[in-house]
Amino acid sequence: MSAALLEVESLTVHHGQLCAIDDVSFTQRQGEVLAVVGANGAGKSTLLRTIAGLHRPTSGCVRLDGKDINDLSVSRRVALGISLVPEGRRLFSSMTLEENLQVGAYHANPGPFDIKRVYELFDWMPGRRKQSVWQLSGGEQQAVAIGRALVANPRVLLLDELSLGLAPIIIEKIYALVPEILAQGVSILIVEQDVSQGVSAADRVHCLLEGRTSMTGTPAELTSEEIDRAYFGAGLVAPAVTSGVVE
Amino acid sequence: MIWLNIVIQGALVGGFYALFACGLSLMFGVLKVINLAHGDMAVVAGYVAVFLSPRLHIPGLWSFLVVVPLFALLGYVVQRTVIQKSIDRDPFTTLLVTFGLSVVIENLLLEMYSANGQSINIGSLIGESWHPASIIYISYVSLAVLAAAVLVLLALQLFLSKSGIGRLIRAVADDQEAAQLSGANYRHVFGIAAAIAFATVALAGIAYGMMTQFAPTSGGVNLLFAFEVVVIGGIGSLWGTLVGGIALGIAQQFGAHINLSYQILAGNILFLAVLAVRPQGLFGRRSSLA
Repeated sequence: MSAALLEVESLTVHHGQLCAIDDVSFTQRQGEVLAVVGANGAGKSTLLRTIAGLHRPTSGCVRLDGKDINDLSVSRRVALGISLVPEGRRLFSSMTLEENLQVGAYHANPGPFDIKRVYELFDWMPGRRKQSVWQLSGGEQQAVAIGRALVANPRVLLLDELSLGLAPIIIEKIYALVPEILAQGVSILIVEQDVSQGVSAADRVHCLLEGRTSMTGTPAELTSEEIDRAYFGAGLVAPAVTSGVVE
Repeated sequence: MIWLNIVIQGALVGGFYALFACGLSLMFGVLKVINLAHGDMAVVAGYVAVFLSPRLHIPGLWSFLVVVPLFALLGYVVQRTVIQKSIDRDPFTTLLVTFGLSVVIENLLLEMYSANGQSINIGSLIGESWHPASIIYISYVSLAVLAAAVLVLLALQLFLSKSGIGRLIRAVADDQEAAQLSGANYRHVFGIAAAIAFATVALAGIAYGMMTQFAPTSGGVNLLFAFEVVVIGGIGSLWGTLVGGIALGIAQQFGAHINLSYQILAGNILFLAVLAVRPQGLFGRRSSLA
């Protein structure tokens, strides 16, 4: 919980004319869970995809261990220890569960995770390893996507909208893994639309509003009203409703 | 007996079609590139075999041992240079670029070798056949080509399902971005897929040169058959390619039996019928992950 692992500095990203990320900066420390929360279209996924190398920033930079990685390809970043679990799982649909993990393990860094370890983490997997991934439920597919990223032995795991389309009980189960992953020395950067999930799992919270940083702090420092305001924008939270919730 | 002969001769031709089409299917399945120069690559392989075999003192029959590895290398290089550059621009550019390549290749060959037909000399083997029944003659060369097609498809199937690189190729075909996120350098994977595609098309070109004559413009009509095979069999299915090839071969033989000029027409009718009734092809896979 000390050295800076991943630094994002004055990052600006455009999708054509649209400015998706506007001058965002933060630092993720080794062994930390950082949650980036924000409403739909706040630029959260773009932020993660830029860190993973799928988008080129207009300006600013992403550093790993103090080294600028802006010019590196996606696969080079995986080799340096940045793995993204993309939004919507994005499993290899023609393959079995095990083959999906094998693809993830093909270019793996040395480290604590391998397919066997993932099977220990998700004990239902070994019995269904020969099944096509499209036969799995949404939660199971999400688990495979996490496993596929873990077997590469990342130093920082980027999780994009884990909770999307999943039942609350499944989401809870998946978030219960976070401490186990952390214990293996993997730092985690979570992007969530579901604020309560993101906040409860995180050491620090970074809120985005329309591509800009609207708030940052530890969950203990922040009240839910502050988070609401940062999430929706100042003028959009009606006072009556807010007080109604508090009472 | 006549009908049995039609089926046998159709299957023999079909083996060649499958061998010819599997590279096209692979290029489209993995790179999403429709290689309009695919047929011309086969013709070039034929010319290279004709050119090299006397100079290297290898018999025409064995020329593939040199030409196929050469084309695998060529495939990797062409992909990493010309084709990748056009993929990076946009998908339609690849159509223009491969069409351009096709025109350039055909005209270069015309310039160098004239429009006269050539064939790969395999001596008296060309006329030899197995004669199991009164009117059935099974040419050894055609049988060898069918066997080669089955072997190539089998090897390809094993490679794609059992080897690490093979799995990466499938991963890139399924979801290129997700494959990159799993650490795959997709350009390299594309290069390997193109190398395999070029190797198989070289084998097909040499097989063609042994069975019949080829000229600089022979690529076009064969490319049309290859497209039909891929559509009939289903894109992305290797065994579909074999079945598609054999189905097209049998349809053509059947047409030829009715009237010699109906040969190609019958193949086209089968192609259109499959397209109308089962557009994903006989073995085509519906996209499964919603």
